[in-house]
Amino acid sequence: MTSPTPVRSLPRTAENSLLADAHSGTRVEFRGVVKDYGSTRVLHGLDLDVAPGEFVSLLGPSGCGKTTALRVLAGLEHANGGAVLLGDTDVSTVPTNRRDIGMVFQSYSLFPHLRVIDNTAFGLRRRKVAKAQAQRRAADALELVGLDHLADRFPHQLSGGQQQRVALARALVTEPRVLLLDEPLSALDAKVRVQLRDEIRRIQLRLGITTVFVTHDQEEALAVSDRIAVMNAGRIEQIGTPEELYLSPATPNVAAFVGLSSIVAGVASGASVLVWGETLPIVGDPVTGEVEVFLRPENLRLVASGGIEAVVQESTFLGSFRRTLVRTTDGALLQVQHPASERVEYDDRVRVAIEPTPVSVR
Amino acid sequence: MTSLAPSRTTRWVIGILVGAFFAIPMASTFFYTLRDDDGYSLVHWAALFDPAKAALYRPIWTGLGNSLVLALVTVAIVLFLLTPTMVLVHLRFPKLRPGFEFLALLPISIPAIVVVVGLAPIYQHIARMLGTGAWTLAFAYGVTVLPFAFRSIQASIDAVDIRTLSEAARSLGAGWPTVLLRVIAPNLRSGLLAASLISVAVVLGEFTIASLLNRQVFQTALVVVKNSDGYAASVFTLLALAFAFVMLIVIQLAGRARSGKGRP
Amino acid sequence: MTIATPQVTPDGAERCAPPRRGASARMWAWLGLVPFLAYLAVFLVLPTMLALASGLFTRDGSFTWDNLAALGDPVVLATFGNSMWLSLVTAVIGAVIGALVCYALLGIREDGPVRTFVDAAAGVFAQFGGVMLAFTFIATIGLKGVVTQLLLGVGVELFADGPWIYELPGLVLPYIFFQIPLMVITFMPTLSALKPQWAEANLTLGGTRATFWTHVGIPVLAPSFLASTLLLFANAFSSYATAAALASQGSQIVPLQIRTSLTSETVLGRENLAGALALGMIVVVGVVMWLSSLIQRRAARWQR
Repeated sequence: MTSPTPVRSLPRTAENSLLADAHSGTRVEFRGVVKDYGSTRVLHGLDLDVAPGEFVSLLGPSGCGKTTALRVLAGLEHANGGAVLLGDTDVSTVPTNRRDIGMVFQSYSLFPHLRVIDNTAFGLRRRKVAKAQAQRRAADALELVGLDHLADRFPHQLSGGQQQRVALARALVTEPRVLLLDEPLSALDAKVRVQLRDEIRRIQLRLGITTVFVTHDQEEALAVSDRIAVMNAGRIEQIGTPEELYLSPATPNVAAFVGLSSIVAGVASGASVLVWGETLPIVGDPVTGEVEVFLRPENLRLVASGGIEAVVQESTFLGSFRRTLVRTTDGALLQVQHPASERVEYDDRVRVAIEPTPVSVR
Repeated sequence: MTSLAPSRTTRWVIGILVGAFFAIPMASTFFYTLRDDDGYSLVHWAALFDPAKAALYRPIWTGLGNSLVLALVTVAIVLFLLTPTMVLVHLRFPKLRPGFEFLALLPISIPAIVVVVGLAPIYQHIARMLGTGAWTLAFAYGVTVLPFAFRSIQASIDAVDIRTLSEAARSLGAGWPTVLLRVIAPNLRSGLLAASLISVAVVLGEFTIASLLNRQVFQTALVVVKNSDGYAASVFTLLALAFAFVMLIVIQLAGRARSGKGRP
Repeated sequence: MTIATPQVTPDGAERCAPPRRGASARMWAWLGLVPFLAYLAVFLVLPTMLALASGLFTRDGSFTWDNLAALGDPVVLATFGNSMWLSLVTAVIGAVIGALVCYALLGIREDGPVRTFVDAAAGVFAQFGGVMLAFTFIATIGLKGVVTQLLLGVGVELFADGPWIYELPGLVLPYIFFQIPLMVITFMPTLSALKPQWAEANLTLGGTRATFWTHVGIPVLAPSFLASTLLLFANAFSSYATAAALASQGSQIVPLQIRTSLTSETVLGRENLAGALALGMIVVVGVVMWLSSLIQRRAARWQR
């Protein structure tokens, strides 16, 4: 159940040559990609289909293989098995510099000895574009990211966020078939991260360029992606739209990673499940028997009576609400999101109840 | 790193070519010492222990002895004059650090041959006060080893937060001598060791100042012996080079072991 | 009428006590610097000043420009020229080969056996005993050297035109022997600081390995390379022991000229030539080192 966002094409204008050449994007495919480091298998037959113009995130914890997958796509690593396709061409044996890709790295990728404008024009110059024209197109790209006024600065004179914007402009100015981003926001401050990720998404939508984005931050992935592929130990556990992953996580890992679900035991009978004496409707196909139930923090409440007993392990004040980790008498750990006014502390005894909303089970 | 690093072939080609350039003189010197009229033997090496030739080698043993004493005194200067001053600057005068660093690295810009021109009159005065023993050269050597010792010790100081350590010690009631000897010095051990060993190496290899101030040290002795027995000079050269090499390896390994141990 | 007086707090302590304790502590701290500074003053600053100043006085102590004028003497100028030529040639060759060695070491584990070996060897050859290096070269390509004999065996007479090893050209090889290791020591940190992201970014932007070096690698490394080359120049210019051991007489380069003027009473009819020569040397070495550190500092801005 996937529906890529329709690609918008823009009318050609004299000023903005970058946007004027926006095309409808290239399809990206991973077919059974296998990668080993020595005797360790890092990617186990990865299959992924990215539609033209789609923004797909690879999300997962450190070591899950998401960066390796991106680097195989870029050609910076060689796969030990399987194939990578751009458009409908197998590019597995094509060297990086001929794959026509744009890539933004986590940090330090701007050339320190070149001014911003020359950094941005670098890819064009390598493609034998004349200097004057390359600089003009580079200036357009910098305008797209809002940094045309810093064209004559050197990278060490820019902030982290500005450097990444330049890196983005540099990657886009050559009008690559696909844009690859390797945790581009991880090294930045929280505030800059939010601003920049929205900007990346905006530009991506304007240009309609196929984009693969690697991150370990679930909020980031949820905010910008058309689809998210949650990875773990070299495999994709689930691919879907942000809503799908959030509401119907396919595995406990996905549930825990996307939305901080807690897992408790329940007994399902058809379209509903019995948990802690409450009957809740099930999302998805009917199930019977003993199941695992995914509970989202915002669907749990602290109550004065009823529900089940639990002891507070930790409580974090997050401004408009609190997130509290409690341990039930059976030893299960639950994340509860509740109003900030309900102050609890370590070792407090509380009672937790579930709101009567549909839940996912497995 | 795969995109930057050279291919194996390149590594091997450069390694072999440059390695040959450095190995040939070493090997040649070794074969030179094996010359015995028209054949080869260890006669020159055995001669080291030959009592009949002992007089010939006496300058070397004297020079070596002097050099070792000099090394000791120089290390003492490094440990008991330079180090406390560096700690003091770090704790009390952090703003003076750039100026101090400039001073410490200054000897690199002032060639020994220039300094020795001015040292001659100074050492005439010293000879009147402390005699003409070779050990007084250590005062000049302390300056020669300064840049090397400074770098090692400064690296150690930067790696260890001696400010917090000394404040903690003071708050527990320790006086400054205790803080210096029992708190700071043990934590600077790897830097102090490296600085000491490098100082020993530099002192053993020093020639310019000793030769122009007419003192007998290891290197000047080698030159003297060369004129009477070139083979012996070469033997001692190889031994000294090997010794210095081993010492530098020890410094590296010791530095690594320390930083490994320091981790919690 | 209120009179403002220093208040005495109930427990009797004066409120202004802490600054006073601080002031005396600071005084002790300044005193603590004195031993070392005095030491430097006597054994570094003073000799240097004496050396430089002695060029301005005759043996009897009267002021004269004569010694400095000697710097214009054709013999002295030739000596400086020789030193410059020797330093330049060995600095450039040492820098290029040293940089290649650093390149060959790229990516090798810093605490592995290869790096340990190379670092120790470089340390020994760069800094330990020019005298011994001279001896090894004499044993190799001296008049009776091992390689000389080997070459004779195949019909190549190294010294057909005279014993050049004991003259200026003979210094080139031994000097290179310590220049290359010095370059390796000085330049390796810079080369290691080349970021792999730059190489990868270059690839993704359509460049090749060759264009990486021409457009990114070499431009980024150039300032450091230049600074290191200047350092090598100063190092060769200041070097004494190797030349002294190889050329037991003779004064074809400035340090040897200083030796001659220290060991004989008058040279070129002037008495305190050594001081003038020392001045000339310091000017050359000082300018070169200053340039080197200037370039190095500017390059450091990029390596943030």
